[in-house]
Amino acid sequence: MTASNPPLSKLCAHCKTVRAQILRPKTHERLCKTCFTTVFESEIHATITTHTLFQRGSRVAIGASGGKDSTVLASVLKTLNTRYDYGVEFVLLSIDEGITGYRDDSLETVKRNAVQYGMELCILGYRELYGWSMDEVVAQIGKKGNCTYCGVFRRQALDRGAARLGITHVVTGHNADDIAETVVMNLLRGDLPRLQRCTSIVTESASSPIARSKPLKYAYEKEIVLYAHYKQLDYFTTECIYSPEAFRGSARSLIKSLERVRPSAILDIVRSGEAFAGMVAERPGGGGGSEQSAESGGGCGSGGGGRGAGGEMADMEKELVAAEAAKGLETEILMPGKRRKGLKGQQTPKVVKEQVMGNCRKCGYLTSQEFCQACALIEGLNKNRPRRMIEVDGEEVGLNGGVEGLSLR
Amino acid sequence: MATIPITVEFSGGLELLFSNQRTHKLQIPAQDPSGNPANIGFLVSYLCDNLVEAKRKDLFVMDGTVRNGILVLINDSDWELEGEDRYELQGADNILFVSTLHGG
Repeated sequence: MTASNPPLSKLCAHCKTVRAQILRPKTHERLCKTCFTTVFESEIHATITTHTLFQRGSRVAIGASGGKDSTVLASVLKTLNTRYDYGVEFVLLSIDEGITGYRDDSLETVKRNAVQYGMELCILGYRELYGWSMDEVVAQIGKKGNCTYCGVFRRQALDRGAARLGITHVVTGHNADDIAETVVMNLLRGDLPRLQRCTSIVTESASSPIARSKPLKYAYEKEIVLYAHYKQLDYFTTECIYSPEAFRGSARSLIKSLERVRPSAILDIVRSGEAFAGMVAERPGGGGGSEQSAESGGGCGSGGGGRGAGGEMADMEKELVAAEAAKGLETEILMPGKRRKGLKGQQTPKVVKEQVMGNCRKCGYLTSQEFCQACALIEGLNKNRPRRMIEVDGEEVGLNGGVEGLSLR
Repeated sequence: MATIPITVEFSGGLELLFSNQRTHKLQIPAQDPSGNPANIGFLVSYLCDNLVEAKRKDLFVMDGTVRNGILVLINDSDWELEGEDRYELQGADNILFVSTLHGG
């Protein structure tokens, strides 16, 4: 009990003995720190068990950036694994983009977390994987559009890191706010296939042998930050120096403004997204995972910043293909007289749409093209390396050269 | 003029807007310009006038109040339980501003 006896209305709604300190955005309940921590953990446990995310005896990698979401994820999973005896071995998997002054600091946080949580840590660098660090990419192509590279590289890097560890399941720290943002973005873009996929808690894609899941899918960002604060977790915050103003900005502010007016809005949007997914017809081939990026640049360490921008730009390449797939589904909704034409047109994209997955001729990564996205980007970069040294007037070489390389795809 | 001693903390990336310093011990005027007891709303405008890095002020306030996505804890309690910006400051209060907007 606190020194002065607070009135009943100020007490925690659960234990009714201690003063409430948190207003839960999800339920509007007033809770004390201890009850909040317990409730937060048990809800994530419920998410995990309802969706049978983990198998006893398996090894699962946690995509760890050192930021709040992945740090809370690692901490909660450590707690739950002990409390409920999941029998899962968690490993921290970090990607080093090679951004001086940004990633090197957050990696120090991950290293401390590995010790704190007694987890193995694997750090994999872009330089080691692709021969290019992000610092070098930016030096080559400039600050515009570098998120494309980072997004494509990161997605593969997590897969490659997991494969190296002999792991087939990576969990990421995406929270309810992130998913609500993605739902809104996909809705505004009219991107049905991605709208269908973005809410699923487990993403298994034909283009990747590694499954991804999001145990914090129903956890509010507010509660994640409060949990980290009350548990005094060691996390790192900064913006990616190459992407200070996030692309997600507008969707993000919309979500945050909605939350201010009506906190349940975030979860409502996530649920709406799930409902939409049920309404969108299954694509031929099933699973809907025939595209390369099953989620928009998922697992980006810089959260709002690089994640959005990277995913957005990286997805551009697939945009046409996705639009085509959606077209087939959209015409079904239009009922008027022109229907016959619609029907005819409808059949072609469906047949064309079936992507045959093969291996990248260069690196062996799964892809529907001759070369995977990363190899295509690297080729563009490498091509420009000598040109840059020859041309004294560096101005146009940087940007234009990089885009040239891209347009080959 | 009477002042109130309080501690203001910034985290989650907000410290970058306040001379990269997490904790600030401040003496806040006990009353706002219209003579009302100093509350969180007044504190926020005080911080904007005196402490925040001027050109990045927009990352801290929006439409005259704390930007959406920034949590405020008054003595470790959610400000939503304390009346938000109408909470009247008491001596030795600890006010923490945490941004949820930065990377995860």
